[in-house]
Amino acid sequence: MKALLIRDIRLAVRAGGGFGLGLAFFLIVIVMVPFAVGADTELLSKIAPGVLWIGALLACLLSLDRLLALDFEDGTLDLLATAPLPFEAALSVKSLAHWITTGLPLVIAAPVLGVLMNLPTQCYGWLVLSLLLGTPALSVIGTFGAALTVGIKRGGLLLSLLVLPLYVPTLIFGAESARRGAVGADVSTPMLLLAGISAAAIALMPFASAAVLKVNLR
Amino acid sequence: MTLAVTNLTIARGGLPVLADVSFVLETGQALILRGPNGVGKTTLLRTIAGLQPSLNGTVAGAQDQIAYAAHSDGLKAMLSVTENLTFWAEVFGQSDISHALKAFELENLSDRLAGTLSAGQKRRLGLARLLVTGRPIWVLDEPTVSLDTASVTMFAAAVVAHLNSGGMALIATHIDLGIEQASLLDLTPFIALNDVAMGSSDEEFL
Repeated sequence: MKALLIRDIRLAVRAGGGFGLGLAFFLIVIVMVPFAVGADTELLSKIAPGVLWIGALLACLLSLDRLLALDFEDGTLDLLATAPLPFEAALSVKSLAHWITTGLPLVIAAPVLGVLMNLPTQCYGWLVLSLLLGTPALSVIGTFGAALTVGIKRGGLLLSLLVLPLYVPTLIFGAESARRGAVGADVSTPMLLLAGISAAAIALMPFASAAVLKVNLR
Repeated sequence: MTLAVTNLTIARGGLPVLADVSFVLETGQALILRGPNGVGKTTLLRTIAGLQPSLNGTVAGAQDQIAYAAHSDGLKAMLSVTENLTFWAEVFGQSDISHALKAFELENLSDRLAGTLSAGQKRRLGLARLLVTGRPIWVLDEPTVSLDTASVTMFAAAVVAHLNSGGMALIATHIDLGIEQASLLDLTPFIALNDVAMGSSDEEFL
């Protein structure tokens, strides 16, 4: 399992691995928003938590079609399916690698980009915490979507359509946590629900992903 | 150790292609599968490897014993030869890759990125992967594609060494590998009559 994690991270950071794709997209979107909305700092700080969350979510979505498609094309998935490693575990590890190379950089970049959005000071901690809790769910749900569409050439559109509805609960509670943090309200309810969604997704999604991927490999 | 395939009926795309295939493979034996294109060699091998379900029949003794190699080798272009092999060795709980590099004469290429290898060299690397799995049953689908004569001999030697050390091999190929322990199985007599079982897998599912 460690070998798979190291290999996936190594592949992501080498040339053509797609590391930084999501991060660059996130950066571009957030930099563009103040230009588009205008220099109304009050309005910007009001929409900042939501915009940052949407940016992170779309950046995550952008990297999903590479998650399994490359391993499918070169036969790695066939070989992994016959390996002693349980397929569910292999997919959990692939989700983890995706989170480390895509989700984690977003979490780290978010407070920096928050400055551009005039994010209220008291919100920084809550924003980072909500992203830290929410992005793992995005990765495991995304792995499920990628597993569903893996055999389809140019399946990116279908993947987005399938995954976005599944992302909505994470987005609602994640953005709500950050928003409440920004206005100084109690964040515990949305934060707990967000953590619950993540925990459930991490526990259940690998089984669903492995089941659909096995059907797709036939 | 025995690999026993009994009355196996397999389907490709929901249509049965081969019916009632039976054979037994013992330790140290190899079986070469022959048959025209589209007869179902790949499907049979994938079914035995557990990658797809059979319509009928059983495969005994294959669970967690199979090293499968097909047209695509699962190699990553941006990883070196050593990194590719080490990865698969670790996945299968092994650590030593030097004997695999040696058997397929890859030592001089060990630091090259797999993406810079020629088709034949890639194939050799893909076959070297079999040696680092430590699995006794090799299930090989057209292993000699893009290999030159010298490499085919190299591959045949590796198979013979594997058989002599208590392994087994199930190989779909069109060329003569010159392996003494190998017997031939022509799949033509097992071709399924498609009209009888049309959609049977769907009905079973419902």
